[in-house]
Amino acid sequence: MSSIGIVGYGAYVPRFRISVEEIARVWNQDAQTISNGLMVKEKSVPDKDEDTITLSVEAGRNALARAGIDPTEIGALYIGSESHPYAVKPSGTVVAEALGLPNRLMLADFEFACKAGTAAMQVCYGFVKGGVIDYGMAIGADTAQGRPGDALEYTAAAGAGAFIIGKDPVVTLDHTASFTSDTTDFWRREGQDYPRHGSRFTGEPAYFRHVVSSSEQLLNETGYKPADFAYVVLHMPNGKFPTVASKKLGFTPDQLKTGLTVTRMGNCYSGSSPVGLTAVLDIAQPGEKIFMTSYGSGAGSDSFIFTVTDKILAVRDKAKKTEQYLADKKNIDYATYARLRGKLKV
Amino acid sequence: MPQMSSVPIAWRLQQPRYRLIGTICTKCNTSYFPPRSLCQTCRDKGKIEKHKFPGTGKILTYTVIRIAPEGFAEFAPYAIAIIELEPGVTVAGQVVGDPEQVKTGRKVKTTFRRMYTDGKDGLLQYGMKWELLDQ
Amino acid sequence: MRRVAIVGAGYTKFGECWDKSLRRLAQEAGMRALADAQVEGKDIEALFVGNMTAGRFIGQEHLSALAADRMGLTPIPSTRIEAACASGALAFRKALMAIQSGQHDIVVAGGVEKMTDVGGDSAVASLMGAADQEWESQIGLTFTGLYALITRAHMQQYGTTSEQLALVSVNNHKNGVHNPNAQYPFEITVEQVLKSPLIADPLRLLDCSPITDGAATVVLASEEAAKRFENPIWVIGSGQASDTIALHDRKSFTELQATIVSSRVAYKQAGIRPEQVDLVEVHDCFSINEIIAIEDLGFCKKGEGGKFVEAGKIARDGERPINTMGGLKSIGHPVGATGIRQLADLVTQLRGKAGKLQVNDAKIGLALNIGGSGATGVTHILANQNAL
Repeated sequence: MSSIGIVGYGAYVPRFRISVEEIARVWNQDAQTISNGLMVKEKSVPDKDEDTITLSVEAGRNALARAGIDPTEIGALYIGSESHPYAVKPSGTVVAEALGLPNRLMLADFEFACKAGTAAMQVCYGFVKGGVIDYGMAIGADTAQGRPGDALEYTAAAGAGAFIIGKDPVVTLDHTASFTSDTTDFWRREGQDYPRHGSRFTGEPAYFRHVVSSSEQLLNETGYKPADFAYVVLHMPNGKFPTVASKKLGFTPDQLKTGLTVTRMGNCYSGSSPVGLTAVLDIAQPGEKIFMTSYGSGAGSDSFIFTVTDKILAVRDKAKKTEQYLADKKNIDYATYARLRGKLKV
Repeated sequence: MPQMSSVPIAWRLQQPRYRLIGTICTKCNTSYFPPRSLCQTCRDKGKIEKHKFPGTGKILTYTVIRIAPEGFAEFAPYAIAIIELEPGVTVAGQVVGDPEQVKTGRKVKTTFRRMYTDGKDGLLQYGMKWELLDQ
Repeated sequence: MRRVAIVGAGYTKFGECWDKSLRRLAQEAGMRALADAQVEGKDIEALFVGNMTAGRFIGQEHLSALAADRMGLTPIPSTRIEAACASGALAFRKALMAIQSGQHDIVVAGGVEKMTDVGGDSAVASLMGAADQEWESQIGLTFTGLYALITRAHMQQYGTTSEQLALVSVNNHKNGVHNPNAQYPFEITVEQVLKSPLIADPLRLLDCSPITDGAATVVLASEEAAKRFENPIWVIGSGQASDTIALHDRKSFTELQATIVSSRVAYKQAGIRPEQVDLVEVHDCFSINEIIAIEDLGFCKKGEGGKFVEAGKIARDGERPINTMGGLKSIGHPVGATGIRQLADLVTQLRGKAGKLQVNDAKIGLALNIGGSGATGVTHILANQNAL
């Protein structure tokens, strides 16, 4: 049986950044303490005409450019986000039309806090493996909400990662498994602008338990050891959590650092580990293995094992790289940020 | 603006607005964007087909809208340019980013953006805007 | 074709007429023109009313019947004409044709717009009904924006300057001071124009005509019917042309084909050359449009309109006096009424009744009314008895 995996990938990160220092200035907090604690310097901010739909289209265009396939060959599109612009009416239909996907298309929007994007990858993988479709597109995207003054405001960012899953891939998806439990550490009720969270409860019983359990579960089931991987990507609510979790799992800082995009762009929720993965794919060499575990509050984690093939060398230059998106930035002040994000009551 | 709240209008314009799909008269090889369904030269003898334009162009003239019409104030100030998609095919469009960087002759590429927000509970309209390419 | 003359003209005070409705304005202008012509209502055989978008400004359509009703002219035939800001001149042209064809002998043509019952941003959006709704209005363009695109192109191609644009507004305001019906009857300086806020770069507030309420009316008569009127002003040329609704679809952004074509038709019909025109009413909705009109009407070479203005040639005592009563800039621009107001002002000048604004020995006048960003152009040439 031919292998299945990623045939094309793409990221999108908006241009604007606001620094932790600037946010701390507004709330009379000590920037250095916060920045060191979170291991985040600045976060991305979407322009006033950008949202999860537009971010998804841009990342999707990059994925299509790398895959080099006709968009009409795609049989499914699933977009994971917790900031779908419509509560009812899918983001995916707009994205599919904009990308020129066919009408013979399976489509739904996913929501599972910050792991809906990786859940979309699993669904596409299942459909391709089952022979239902040739290609499926999975996107994790968010323009994350953080209440002004809340700890989340320092990290809630915007970005998207898109993956086309199919046969004859540039990166094989070798194994995937999840770990799920009813753990309410972070939530947003219907009609509310901002999420609430359980503060320190989001750590040990939530993020760490699920990320570590899911990762160990897949490592045990497959017999791989952390040392077998060139890179590890974990969900990044901040820089500290994945650093601690990866250490606990036995990964080294070197394995983590390439995919640790959070330090420069913040946490783009459903797009977090997907964007981290794209940063790794931009530089990973054929034969190298990648371990990834996402995390979604509520709670669950999806773990993946990938192997990079020779084909990656021919596709990675066909679209803008994640590093280019991170470097191509314009810093703004809090007033501009507040206006762009609609935080001013008008 | 009531027209911007219309679902059928937005729906009919999806292909050109989302993907820069115009038309071409295959008889005289004249392409049209925005699309025309009647060739201006061949008229009813022409043969009109869909034609996808590449997502790049060049700015011919531009302005910066500082006083926006109803429904566009959230974006102001914003640049609008007339962009040449290919010789003889031009269209007006918003150029995203810093309006002060917009100049005649600069190359642009498409970027997918929200074009209009109909209040808190109305339609969201999307389409191609333009982004400056590095000089 | 039968010869036709204008035998009466009048317009209301232009401005923010808070206490006057559209119907009141239309009636007032109508009664002024009828009084000027000294005709009775029973003499009027048909009515043509130019209006751009009362439906959007005040929710009122069916202005044809409304105008006939409010002027007490029912049951005569009444027709509303719409061609954006060229609605007025086009209503006049249809009235002219109604007489030329032999259908009628005495006809009224009016124009009216009530723009201030909605807020400014709503008015700006409503005016964009005159542009390409799908590809101009819905991307956030405004009319100032469209003419700004034209201005930039003209500056790039011909070196036209902001100072030259400013001089257009300065000239028109200078004339408007003495027009009792002008919305803004005061002088402005080049410096004031250049310091006024940018609306759509490079056009500034004082490059733009205002939002205005107002109505204007003229009475037309066939040659036979005109015999009983004093000092008829003859319509010796009429031309109309269309162009693409969207600016971006045009081959050139620095000329208006609708002006070029409509004026050539009118010149030919009148049997005159541009040099024979003694005074001109052009459509200075934005300052650039006056400069382009000067070129496209043939008063100077293409691209030299800015210099033409700079040299003072458009002044009342200059080589080609333009907008001698104040133009759209100073008098105001109630969009559907402007085309008729231009003709009414030419009539006043050609009768020699313009007082302080009188152009010496004026015999032939030309009026250019533009719709949208140039998708409709209507040119009329009028002459008094001395020219014939």
